[in-house]
Amino acid sequence: MTPPAPHDDLLRVTGLTVDYVTDGDPVRACADVTFTLRRGEILGVAGESGSGKSTLVTALSRLQRPPAVTTAGSIEFRPRGGDAVDLVTASPRTLRSLRWTSVSIVLQSAMDALNPVMRLGAQFADALRTHDRTLSRQAAWDRAAELLTTVGISGDRVRSYPHELSGGMRQRAGIALALACGPDLVVMDEPTTAVDVVMQRMILAQVLCLRRELGFAVVFVTHDLSLLLELADRIAVMYAGRVVELGTAQELYEAPRHPYTRGLRDSFPPLRAPLRRLTGIPGSPPDLRRPPSGCPFHPRCAERFAGCDTHLPDLGPAGGDGHLVACRLYDAAPGRDRTVTLEGSAR
Amino acid sequence: MATTAPTAPAAARRAVRTRAPRGGFLLRRLGFYAAAAAAAVVLNFLLPRLMPGDPSSAIVEELQRVSGQQVPPETLESIRAIFGDPDENLGEQFLAYVGQLARFDLGVSVVNFPVPVSELVLQALPWTLLLVGSTTVLAFLLGTGLGVVAGWRAGSRLDSVLTPLTAFLSSVPYFWVALLALWVFGFVLGWFPLSGGYDPNLTEGVNLPFLASVLHYGALPAATIVFSAFGGWLLGMRNMTVTTVREDYVLLAQAKGLSRGRVVLRYAARNAMLPSFTGFAMALGGVIGGALLTETVFSYPGIGYLLFEALTKRDYPMMQGVFLIVTLATLLANLLADSLYAVLDPRIRERG
Repeated sequence: MTPPAPHDDLLRVTGLTVDYVTDGDPVRACADVTFTLRRGEILGVAGESGSGKSTLVTALSRLQRPPAVTTAGSIEFRPRGGDAVDLVTASPRTLRSLRWTSVSIVLQSAMDALNPVMRLGAQFADALRTHDRTLSRQAAWDRAAELLTTVGISGDRVRSYPHELSGGMRQRAGIALALACGPDLVVMDEPTTAVDVVMQRMILAQVLCLRRELGFAVVFVTHDLSLLLELADRIAVMYAGRVVELGTAQELYEAPRHPYTRGLRDSFPPLRAPLRRLTGIPGSPPDLRRPPSGCPFHPRCAERFAGCDTHLPDLGPAGGDGHLVACRLYDAAPGRDRTVTLEGSAR
Repeated sequence: MATTAPTAPAAARRAVRTRAPRGGFLLRRLGFYAAAAAAAVVLNFLLPRLMPGDPSSAIVEELQRVSGQQVPPETLESIRAIFGDPDENLGEQFLAYVGQLARFDLGVSVVNFPVPVSELVLQALPWTLLLVGSTTVLAFLLGTGLGVVAGWRAGSRLDSVLTPLTAFLSSVPYFWVALLALWVFGFVLGWFPLSGGYDPNLTEGVNLPFLASVLHYGALPAATIVFSAFGGWLLGMRNMTVTTVREDYVLLAQAKGLSRGRVVLRYAARNAMLPSFTGFAMALGGVIGGALLTETVFSYPGIGYLLFEALTKRDYPMMQGVFLIVTLATLLANLLADSLYAVLDPRIRERG
């Protein structure tokens, strides 16, 4: 198989909106989320608790459960050697054929993501044999052992039950499981949150190594921006269900545009840079049942100015190639009251 | 990525972790049940001996009064061994008692003199096993199955009708259900016989008319048991399924693209049924005790009815025998359930 063109879009998410339907007004957990993902790319999604990032994970993989409902938008997915499919409207049948062979998922806590009463090998084998009816039971178990070896777990562990593995092993087994059917896209929901820092490093190194080998793309969701700066090719920062900034890891690290991104970056100590004073973001995330008017970040923003509380900024270009930001500070529209001058103004 | 061959100590450690506890678990359980059975036998031995006076003599007198004839010496001896002799050494008595139990000699029934208790118990046992055993299993399967469906689709129309209705039905007292069923279907409509386990005019054995009459006689009591019992299973299973469905492993199973049946059965229901299974095991242990109310209302010839008769007619040897059998059977059923549970839940093997 020829390697795919490097700038071939695998996923085009447009205006994705997810509401939690409640007895009162619906709660909008993802609002108008738009981004593209290239083949083999790692897109980081960073945000605080309640920013809508986990909702985005389930919406992307069409795994959301009531009361979550995708109310608008499309997710155009182009599997290798297949036609584009809109995951939002795809029939259950189409969806099932795409699951695991094209889109797989790694969940936050591998402790809970593996069935406690099934042997590890059986949990690989049922996925493998569902998507390849010709595979014998023995061959599926052999393949499971092989997959475990790729993440550094001894192959004879296929006979183990999940509770017989350590936390780090379970998490790596979860990653091996996600790669079982050679997917184009792996959605990872905070896969390293539940393990210690050493294991976190090891898992990230393995993900990068396996990606190089197998060429799958990753949407990596976490609250840990510093981790994404090292891992991801591009990063989307979410706030109150919206993407507020999207750019390469380097752009976001060196020149974050959105005041929220700056706040996030400045609240982590850099690993290989001179020490600087850490500052947090004052205030707390908004209540999504009663989102603030205008820009959702304005109540916490130190740089707000007249109109921020009434005008919702669009995600628009901000300098570099493809660097996008949703903030009126960078709004190119003339006749606005500017309190901050821009360096590297918008196109 | 290092995939070194496991070193000898590591391999040994793994062997200990996966293999040793399994045997250990069974041995520990067996030990526990042996102790419990011994305690039951000792209690059964001591109780009549702690009674004031001399229960053996009272029973023998009662036997002679009821039958109007002299009690044969071997019956006398048997009763003495079971109910005690105030003049004899307690240790020797216990040995004699255990020896007699080993021969399954439980004494002679006062009411049905001179039929031995063991014979009456053996006669009643198949009826109870058939009626209560099959209905217990049936109620569990029915309730659990419907519970999975209701829990998987929590909030659906089926769930919002079935669940409250079941909660209402299972709160109706059983004796009332049984009497009402007997009155409506047995007396008013005359669809089912009013009492008994089979048509007494037929010859007992494996022949079609007899088996048909067994089914006909058993249908009504069986229906009332299933009707009253399945609701509890349904509610328990429904609630467990509702929580299990939210587990990440069920989400992951769906993400894997497995068929819905597989996700529901192998991932959701398989885990949700573990607590229900404990309850089921306890219920199986109770089967031998018979459904006292059912067998009494329908005059069904099982252990429960036997016990009821013994109670009303103060047939102490009968009661003693039934108690002992019920206790031992309950222990045996629980042991079986415990072992099965270890098979169903690998985590239990290590905790013991």
